[in-house]
This record gives sequence, C-alpha cells and structure tokens, in this order.
Amino acid sequence: MLNIHNLEVAIEGNQILRGLNLEVKAGEVHAIMGPNGSGKSTLANVLAGRDEYEVIAGGVDYFGEDLLEMAPEQRARAGVFLAFQYPVEIPGVSMSIFLKTALNDARQAKGEENLDAMEFFGLVREKLKVVHMDEKFMSRAINEGFSGGEKKRNEIFQMAVLEPKLAILDETDSGLDIDALKIVSDGVNTLRNADNATIVVTHYQRLLNYIVPDFVHVLMDGRIVKSGDKSLALELEEKGYDWLKTEVGENA
Amino acid sequence: MSTEQETIEQFTNSEYKWGFTTDLENELAPKGLCEETVRFISAKKGEPDFMLEWRLKAFRFWQTMQEPDWPNVKYPPIDFQDAYYYAAPKKQKELQSMDEVDPKIRETFEKLGISLNEQKRLSGVAVDAVIDSVSVATTFQEELKKHGIIFCSFSDALKNHPDLVRKYVGSVVPYTDNFYAALNAAVFSDGSFCFIPKGVRCPMELSTYFRINAANTGQFERTLIVAEEGASVSYLEGCTAPMRDENQLHAAVVEIVAHKDAKVKYSTVQNWYPGDENGKGGIYNFVTKRGICLGDNAKISWTQVETGSAITWKYPSVILKGDNSIGEFYSVALTNNCQQADTGTKMVHLGKNTRSIIVSKGISAGRSQNSYRGLVRVARNADNARNFSQCDSLLIGDRCGAHTFPYLEIHTKSAKVEHEATTTKIGEDQIFYCNQRGIGTENAVGLIVNGYCKEIFRELPMEFAVEAQKLLAISLEGSVG
Repeated sequence: MLNIHNLEVAIEGNQILRGLNLEVKAGEVHAIMGPNGSGKSTLANVLAGRDEYEVIAGGVDYFGEDLLEMAPEQRARAGVFLAFQYPVEIPGVSMSIFLKTALNDARQAKGEENLDAMEFFGLVREKLKVVHMDEKFMSRAINEGFSGGEKKRNEIFQMAVLEPKLAILDETDSGLDIDALKIVSDGVNTLRNADNATIVVTHYQRLLNYIVPDFVHVLMDGRIVKSGDKSLALELEEKGYDWLKTEVGENA
Repeated sequence: MSTEQETIEQFTNSEYKWGFTTDLENELAPKGLCEETVRFISAKKGEPDFMLEWRLKAFRFWQTMQEPDWPNVKYPPIDFQDAYYYAAPKKQKELQSMDEVDPKIRETFEKLGISLNEQKRLSGVAVDAVIDSVSVATTFQEELKKHGIIFCSFSDALKNHPDLVRKYVGSVVPYTDNFYAALNAAVFSDGSFCFIPKGVRCPMELSTYFRINAANTGQFERTLIVAEEGASVSYLEGCTAPMRDENQLHAAVVEIVAHKDAKVKYSTVQNWYPGDENGKGGIYNFVTKRGICLGDNAKISWTQVETGSAITWKYPSVILKGDNSIGEFYSVALTNNCQQADTGTKMVHLGKNTRSIIVSKGISAGRSQNSYRGLVRVARNADNARNFSQCDSLLIGDRCGAHTFPYLEIHTKSAKVEHEATTTKIGEDQIFYCNQRGIGTENAVGLIVNGYCKEIFRELPMEFAVEAQKLLAISLEGSVG
C-alpha cells in the first residue's frame, strides 16, 4: 500500500527527515515512536501533503502512485487520512455541512452522484456511535468550543465517516484522559480491517495498550533506527530512548 | 481572471454599446445636467408641480456642493456633464429560449440555483404565459390590496397617492443631506413606494420582483417605505444574479419611516458588475439609505450582503427618535480583485432607552480595499441608550486591505456603548484541514467564509440566505491558489 523510500525532508531550511524507509501493507498497524523533535509529526504532515515541508530526496509510493505529486485533497480522496494532533477550529461551519462537502467533493471527483440528505444522515448516525457522540454534535461548528477530548473524538469520527485506506494518527493520545483514550482507541479498533492500514504516531507506549500494533518503529534524528513488534514499545517504556541513542551511536 | 467574469464583462459591454447606439433621440434628455434636464425628466414622467419644485430646489442645492472626498476609495473624477440623465425605458431584445443566452451566464445561474423562470426573466427570454412573472405579480398585488398595502413604482405613487409621497419624500433623507442624495433628488428616475397601513402585518416578503414594471428603474433609484403605527413589513431588494447595467454611476436613495410600534426589515443583496480583474469597468454605487424610528417602540433592521460594484459607498442608518426604539445593522461586504468598499452605518440615538446593534463582516481578497465606517451618536436626552458594535475583517491573501473607522459621539453618561473589532487572515491551517478531508481549496474558502458570515445570513429571509451563500463562493472564485 505505502512505500516510503529514503525520504529526506526539510522545513525552513532545517533538515528533519534524513533517509526514512517504511513499508506498510493492508491490514497492518504500525506505531512510530520516538523522542520529541525526531521527525514523527513531520512524517505525518508530509504524507498528508502540508506544503511548508520541502522534500529533498526520496519518494513515497502509494498504491503504485507517486503520493508526493498529489494535492492534499487528492490524497484524501485516495484514502489518506490524517487525525490531527491539534485540530483547528472553523467558526460557523457546522460539522454536518463540513462532512457533507467532504463526502460529496470526493464523490464528484469520482464522477458519482452527491449523497442525498437521507443517505448522509443515515451514514452519520451510524458512525457517531463509533465514538459515542450525540447527533446534536452535527450542528456544532467544527471544533469550536470543543474540549481536548471532543476534538480527538471528532477526528476519529471523521475517520469513521470517510473510511480511509491509510489512517495516520498524529499524537492522538496527547491530552486525553483515560476514558477518552479508551473511546478513541475502541473507535480505531472498530475501523480496522484487512483492507486498511494505520500508522500510529505517539510519544508514549500507553496508547499501544489499546491500539495494538503489528510493528513498532523508533524514529530518531530523522531515521528509523530500530523496528520490532509490540514488545519494543514496552522496552522503550521501561528504558526510555537514551539506551537506543548509545546503541545507534555504537552501530554507526 | 475567471472566464465567467470575462463573459459577464463582454455581456455588459455589448449591452452597453447597444444601449447607446439606439436611435431614439427624442426619448433622451439633453446631455449633461442643467435645470432644463430636471424639467425634462419631470415633464416626461407627468409629475405634479410639488415634485418638480422639489427636484429644482435639490438641483440648485447640488450645484453648490462638492463631491465628497472623505471615503477611503479612489476613482477618476466623474464628469457629471458627460452623461444622459433620462432615457425612456429601453426594451430588451426578447430572446426566444434560454439556448440563446450566453452559456457562461447560464452556468452562473445554475451555480446560484436560480429557477428556470427566474433565469428567463433575468435574461429577457419570453416567459410561459401561464406562470409568467407578470401574472404572479398580479396575484400578488391583489393579495396586498386586500390588506390595504400600497406597493408600486415611485411614478405610480406620484400619480395615485401624491399626498402620501409629498408627506414623506425627503423627510428622512433631505436633498441637502449629501452630494449624491441631492443629485438623486434632482434627477431620480424611478423606484419603489411601499405603504403599510396602521396595524397591518404585511403577509409576505415584499420584493421588487413582484412589482410590475420593476425592470429598468435606472441609475438614480428612489425608494420610500412607510409603516404606520403597529405595521410591519419585510422588504427585499436586489437579487443574487449578476446584474448588468449600462450606467456606471448609481446613486440611489432609500427612506424608511417607522411609526409607533412599527417594524421594518430591509434586506439587500447587491451583485452589480464589479469590473474586471484589473479594475476596468464596474459600477460606482453611491447609496444613501436611512430609516427613522419616528414613534416609540419602533424597529428598523438593515441586512445587507454586498459583493458587487467596483466602488461601494453606503451607510444604511437609523435615527432612533422614539423611546425604546431599536436599530439594527447586519452586513457582509465582500471585495475581490480591485473592488473598493467603504460601508457601514450610523445609529443616532435621540429617544430614551433606545438600542442599536451593529454586526459588520468585511471580507477582502485580491487587491481590494474594504473599509467599515460607522457612527454611534447618543444625544444628551437619550437616557440609557445602548449600542453594541462588532466589526470583523477577514483577509484572503496578502495584497488586500481592511480598515475600520468607528466614530463614537456620546453625550449622556447613562449610555452603554460597546465596540469589538477583530481582523483575521483566513488560516492556512483551516484550508489544509479541509483539504485533508478531501475538500478542494475553493470550496474550503467558501465554507470558511460562509461560516464567518453565519451571524448575518441568519438575519436574511431563508431563500435569500441560501442564495447569498452560493454568491459568496462564486464571488471568491479565483481568489486563492
């Protein structure tokens, strides 16, 4: 599904990613861990197509297409979804209008008819259950006045509605209390299937107790320095990142 | 520049040429502006003497006045002698079907979701005899008549209700008010007259659409609305379809009189030709709109969505004379490309416990300049007057400008006046968030801008609000990316 090869990325002249390689197949969950400033969020944003990032070298292949050549909205319509670390507020724009526009823009791009109001609300009603949210939520403005937990649940709700092939969760656990964390993780687990894949970007192991990854990668100084299964996350939790620094230093 | 604008321009220009090569010499007033012109216009319309006298006084006063230079807009000097001030209403060439209408114009109609019959009316296509607008209008007129409501052209009002016109014309906007109001008073072509008798609630929204012979009221339009004690009316002006007109200068006047307990709601959508991407062409829209709450507990509410015209100079105002009266101003003013707008309101508190609210949303894109200019004046005896003003500016891109000129003149200690102002740039983050959900950039900007204007749209009649939303999106096409 996704093949990142030798990716080098800079922002405002500072190189962040220094030759990152990663392959993700359908049905898999990959966790990307690493200390602050290692490039985790950069990776998430580059995949989603944020334009302040400059790709210096390498490439990203997504279902045989050059992902980096696609506009952000084309990537989204092709099934790439980013659950934002800091979802923005858009005052006055209701969730309902927003999601309807998103769904219909994607359908129009594929030459399909717009959803009618009944179909739309049928779909939304179903998906709200995934994150335990009330229908009243649909008439609220996007993220305006939402609590931290509500914002993150909203991200997962949108993911449920848009049914992406590749979901990237950028620090979705940050700022969540344990109850919200459970709801969000349950949501993500419900949406998992053999045809989609998830990249979980996180600083802490805690989230991985709920969203159990098939692979764990450690990102340091813009590269993946170690990969393993879920036990690697536990090891990191116990030892921190410093032991890896030494290990990587020795190997280099 | 978008092909749509190009087409509209072509359309406007071709119409322009056609309008001026027409060979009806005797139907034109002599070129230029002098007393003879004023007399000619009045005579052509068969007006009563008082009207001619009033026009002449206005004209003489106008001659002593200077064109205002305080608005924050720039345009080349207007030669008032190089124009015709009266031309008999021109008949548009009637087309046989919509197929003859420019496809680009049709596309705009589609985007706005304008009904087929309305499209035909706007394009000058012959309409189906059963449901043509005239018969709708006739049914409408009969319904109004039952309630004793008068709704007709200004000319008809002068013929059929001269005493009412005489009583109220110029009572809110005297010809001495300002340069363009004086000009309008001297040479106004036509307009609407609306009278709601005591205690009557007008059963439907009044729109010029339903007024017979509403087309071609010309560049100097004059509207007078009178609501007697306890009466109420909602009046709609304009339409969202692109309006073409061969006259560059528009100087309209609207006067509203609300007696005791009366309520008048006046909603405008203005989409005159804004000129091309480089600021060539476009309408100069210099409008004076004012209402007076004459009696206690009266209420006047202005709602406007302004997206058109090269230059807009417009301050719909309310004089709060009656005790406990209420004035409201809700505005969205959008400028793109080289458009310039200097718009706002005046709330003049004279009576006790009077209240006013001002909510202004300016949106600037392209290289446009958008100014809010508003006055809140509380007179010495206006005990406990209250005003709340909120003026927000939204910038799209970095070559446009937003300006706010609030004026406060408070002469009583018991007044409570609040002013809030914000200026924001449309967020790259917000656009990216939409993009990431599969929404293209133009739709994203449309969504964000409409969200920003939601408070104002809520004040518009439902159908108008839906159209206004689409209009904003269309007016912003090409402003990003």
